[in-house]
Amino acid sequence: MNILEFTLLVGVTSLVAGFLGALTGLGGGSVLVPVLTLLFKVDIRYAIGASLVSVIATSSGAAAAYVKEGFTNIRIGMFLEIATTLGALVGAFLATKLPTSLIAIIFGLVLLYSAYLSTHTNHDDSLVLQPDLIATRLKLDGSYPTKQGWQSYHVQNVPAGFGLMAIAGVLSSLLGIGSGAVKVLAMDRMMKLPFKVSTTTSNFMIGVTAAAGAGAYLSRGYIDPGLSMPVMLGVLLGALLGARVLTHAQPKILRLVFSGIIVLLALQMIYNGLIGRI
Amino acid sequence: MAKSTEEIAEHRFAQFLGNLLRFGVSLAVIFVVIGGVRYLSHYGMNPPNYEIFRGEPADLRSIPGVASDVLSFRRRGFIQFGLLILIATPILRVAFSAIAFAKQGDRTYLIITLVVLAILLYSLFNPT
Repeated sequence: MNILEFTLLVGVTSLVAGFLGALTGLGGGSVLVPVLTLLFKVDIRYAIGASLVSVIATSSGAAAAYVKEGFTNIRIGMFLEIATTLGALVGAFLATKLPTSLIAIIFGLVLLYSAYLSTHTNHDDSLVLQPDLIATRLKLDGSYPTKQGWQSYHVQNVPAGFGLMAIAGVLSSLLGIGSGAVKVLAMDRMMKLPFKVSTTTSNFMIGVTAAAGAGAYLSRGYIDPGLSMPVMLGVLLGALLGARVLTHAQPKILRLVFSGIIVLLALQMIYNGLIGRI
Repeated sequence: MAKSTEEIAEHRFAQFLGNLLRFGVSLAVIFVVIGGVRYLSHYGMNPPNYEIFRGEPADLRSIPGVASDVLSFRRRGFIQFGLLILIATPILRVAFSAIAFAKQGDRTYLIITLVVLAILLYSLFNPT
């Protein structure tokens, strides 16, 4: 295989990953790193660098569409970004210290967890909550458009959400993923944000978090232009196509299938990490 | 619940940010594609070599290095410049948010935003 064939194959794979990632809301990065390392035999550090770059591309590309709908809570996003960007710096530091086999195992476990979360979604938007002292101080409460007009909400459990976000930041840059699953968990379940607000705000934060990780990786030589080029272009195109199809489809079965693929990849990553092949 | 004028202004600003991001991504894609075509037409027949991690050469690791690569029209430097633009788009978004909070006179969020900006710039300029 020469570089031209390699680039085309990686590009097409990234396109499919980006497409499915956007359709299912699981993100393309989660499958890209395992596929690049297991199938294309790319060193996991190059794979993580390239994947992180593609995470920024999808986040920035999709954000333009999201902000127009008025769901994103920029104050919550910005406040929690202190946690995610600091976490990202820690993650990038850990990436240089931890053995790649351990990174592979952590990757597998996080994948298993996000596959579990995606098949167990229960978002009851019970918004009859009392205002929270810290949330009020930080002006985190907001409102979002619903069919019945603008609906206000009160944010809860700010310190716990902040802590979970720091972990999301560490995982994002250590593994080169958006770690949207952990972010939505923090905002949706812990801070009791309405589902639409938490998903769009999470997307807003994913790009900033990944930028912190990518900056650190670039200066350490993890980001290879030849590999990142097809990954970034493929994922971006796939995600844009996916977002276009998304408005017409309710991809429940697709979500299950994609979760199945993720579980298989996760087990492969853990196995290869355990026997020290990664 | 009616939307206040402040909320409308915030919404308009969010739209501006959205367009800025889209522009940044498009610009990044242009550089990556130009660099990519030149890279493939030159190295396309060579075997790929990503199995062993060696790390990138010094010029592809820093902003000044990438900038001088672009000026001397180097292939991989061109792609890397596009990737740098991409990394810069969320940072720019945070910077513009700081301006918006300053205009609103929201000191708490101006400080929060500047902290985030400082962390981002640190990550880009200070390898540890």
